[in-house]
Amino acid sequence: MSLWEYANPTRFMATTRRIVPVVAVLSALCLAVGLVWGFFFTPDDYRQGSTVKIIYIHVPSAMMAINAWAMMLVASLIWLVRRHHVSALAARAAAPVGAVMTLIALITGAIWGQPMWGTWWAWDPRLTSFLILFLFYLGYVALWSAIEDPDIAADLTSVLCIVGSVFAMLSRYAVNFWNQGLHQGASLSMDREEHVADVFYYPLLLAIAGFVLLFVTLVLVRTRTEIRARRLHALQMRARMA
Amino acid sequence: MMPDLGKYAGTVLGAYAATLLLLAVLVLLTWARGRAVRRRLEEAEAEAKEMRRG
Repeated sequence: MSLWEYANPTRFMATTRRIVPVVAVLSALCLAVGLVWGFFFTPDDYRQGSTVKIIYIHVPSAMMAINAWAMMLVASLIWLVRRHHVSALAARAAAPVGAVMTLIALITGAIWGQPMWGTWWAWDPRLTSFLILFLFYLGYVALWSAIEDPDIAADLTSVLCIVGSVFAMLSRYAVNFWNQGLHQGASLSMDREEHVADVFYYPLLLAIAGFVLLFVTLVLVRTRTEIRARRLHALQMRARMA
Repeated sequence: MMPDLGKYAGTVLGAYAATLLLLAVLVLLTWARGRAVRRRLEEAEAEAKEMRRG
């Protein structure tokens, strides 16, 4: 069976109806265990004190902010190349979720930065590229809402998504490109020097899994809603013409 | 049960509260819109069926 069969809205609805409850329960489990483990049962860091507990929400949300845009990019390219409506609607569905993830990363970063860096905000390469990524998310959502014709909206938002991918990439690699600014390197890295200690690592992995699964759940639910909204719009147009 | 967060208690709790609030709003809005669209689609499909009948 080809992957493209899921581009059929009827098939997509039938498949995701069974998948959504499973992913939602797994997401809730991973989030509950990861966050409770991280918050209640991990020690303070010798330099950062108890603020290290913010890592369990800041790192997963920041990862999802970038990965959501990457998913939107893939879906947008599929729309541009193969004109599958479900992929365009999935990209649309992912944008508000990605925007909220970016906002969480910005807010928790500012809250964490204040005691550690002595400031809520700095025009650091990673922080700035994240702020621009957030503005791209808002622009993407606004562009979808502003255009009546769904195919034109999908075309234009796909182009915007490709342009915004530069900032999604910069959000991830800005620290490596410009070796300056306040933000440290990756928390999860193959390099033992950079890597967080094992005591923080496992609850962090669970929290990341929870955020990934929450993202998948929300995108599937929102895509199902977008497909229904498209069908509703078609029925309303047909009724108006009758 | 509550860990001793020391002088950073406000910082840590504030970060968690903001995150949980934003996630809760996102989940609620997703659920509410899904429900509303589903109900309107069911109504529209019922109307379309009525129109086809007669």
